[in-house]
Amino acid sequence: MTQAIVSRIGQALVVLLLAFTASFLLLQALPGDAILIKYQNPEMGLTPEQIAEIRVLYGADAPIWAQYGNTLWNFLQGSFGYSIQAGVPVNTLLATNLPPTLRLASLALVLAILLAFAIAFAATLAPFRWLRNALASLPALMISVPVFWLGIMLIQIFSFRLRLVPIINPNEFQALILPVLTLALPIAAPLAQILIRSLDEVEAQPFVAVARAKGATRKGVLWRHVLRNALLPVLTIAGLLFGELLAGAVVTETVFGINGLGRITEQAVSNQDTAVLQAIVILAAGGFILINLLVDLAAPLIDPRLKRTVGALA
Amino acid sequence: MTTLDLFGTRAPSRRIPRFDPTLVLSWAIVAVVLAWALAPGLFTPHSGTVGIAGNQLKAPDAAHWFGTDEIGRDVLARIIYGAANSLAGAIVAVAVGFFGGTALGLVAGSVGGKLDIAIMRIVDVLLSVPGLLLQLSIIIILGFGTVNVAVAVGVTIVAGFARLMRSEVIRVRQADYVEAAFGSGGRFAAVLWRHVLPNSLGTVIAYAALQFGSAILAISTLGFLGYGAPPPTPEWGLLISEGRKYLTAAWWLTTFPGLAVILVVLAANRISQSLRRSS
Repeated sequence: MTQAIVSRIGQALVVLLLAFTASFLLLQALPGDAILIKYQNPEMGLTPEQIAEIRVLYGADAPIWAQYGNTLWNFLQGSFGYSIQAGVPVNTLLATNLPPTLRLASLALVLAILLAFAIAFAATLAPFRWLRNALASLPALMISVPVFWLGIMLIQIFSFRLRLVPIINPNEFQALILPVLTLALPIAAPLAQILIRSLDEVEAQPFVAVARAKGATRKGVLWRHVLRNALLPVLTIAGLLFGELLAGAVVTETVFGINGLGRITEQAVSNQDTAVLQAIVILAAGGFILINLLVDLAAPLIDPRLKRTVGALA
Repeated sequence: MTTLDLFGTRAPSRRIPRFDPTLVLSWAIVAVVLAWALAPGLFTPHSGTVGIAGNQLKAPDAAHWFGTDEIGRDVLARIIYGAANSLAGAIVAVAVGFFGGTALGLVAGSVGGKLDIAIMRIVDVLLSVPGLLLQLSIIIILGFGTVNVAVAVGVTIVAGFARLMRSEVIRVRQADYVEAAFGSGGRFAAVLWRHVLPNSLGTVIAYAALQFGSAILAISTLGFLGYGAPPPTPEWGLLISEGRKYLTAAWWLTTFPGLAVILVVLAANRISQSLRRSS
């Protein structure tokens, strides 16, 4: 058991190190060079010697393996290098831009979970078959909608047609409601899909029939027995949802003009500011790997039957 | 394990497939969009890139079903001419993912051992980075443009194909007929090619249809962010991005290209679902 846990943690660390190495190789082997893009600008009037000096300052003249070692060491200490374009440490950029994104993403996640449960329960309990089918096919429709288009449509409908949400000088709540909704809908869709399928499967099991035969109501059984057993498959997509949430936040922030992680990601790509992009990619990969690790470790605690098969995780 | 089937009870029954309106509609949508991509001129008298003066920002009417944009271009014509862009991009992306992923999965699943572990770790790394960020990392290297965007989207779906193919190969490898082929002296590569590959492909092709839909979504997102084709090109994501500037004056500029994306993605998902059931 302990051995399985240790090997699972080791595996997570290996994947994280590989992700770092891959991102370093890809982003340092770039044809474009962020330092040149910024300082070769004729308006700055810098001589080639001065540019070379700047390169030394940023450590861009060191051999690639030394740069790799340095970058890795700095990342381990929580320092993500310098943004060439903004001329400040990446940490400073993250410190100002991460909080708005985290607030947007966590609000959207809460709303998405509420929506997913509402859809799944409605699709299981609705009184007519056609209504249940319609509700069950709702997530498939929501998955097919581009996030950016959804955001634009919400602005169009709620701000311009119905005039419910002002665009100019909105208060804090008004400024957040449409972005949160935009981000929550595509996250709620896969969640609801898995939940509906999982509820269906668990409800067909014999123990549910036994509980019903003993006189429990359908709703009571669903709430007390089925839901707990149906939650595990939902947990397994937590890591995936984290990625969706992050990617969705990038797009949502662009649509609504919010300053956040999405804004600096977009700027990093436009300016080939690789240090910024690498930091964001590694943070995202780290988050994904950590969440999957926690889910794998927590699964046997939630469902004791998995303890026997925990060796199969490796 | 399966036993010999002497009585033919398990022979595949060739039932006539039930008429399914949503499936027929999905194939029809794909056929129409494919026709748009191949011969856009047959479907609209207007140009996809050149506007008519004095025709700016007209609401949808009989002459221009989806209205016109800020320089008098017909929106429907732009969507029709844009189909080639979106479809070609999605096909390139799925091809990259399909061939790359299938090859990796086939090798990992059939060779096994250390190579399997190494390949699956690479796949884990690809999966650990959110799709959009991985695509942006590739675009930052390759530069902007339609082909680069398609390749970037393709690389992000390699991992899914590799995982699926590997599990399919491992499943098929344990089948009796594969054991028999090895037992009767089949060489490794020959058995792989003649027995394992064809029997693993069904599920993978259904997955390819699903990824086709996601690829269209991803390409339109990157086009919207401005990393795809440059402006006069009628790419669906770019159309929505350009229409944003006229949100108060002209709702049709953003609404219709978005609906085009949604319909194609829905159709691809529905077709994938039916392929998965029949495989």
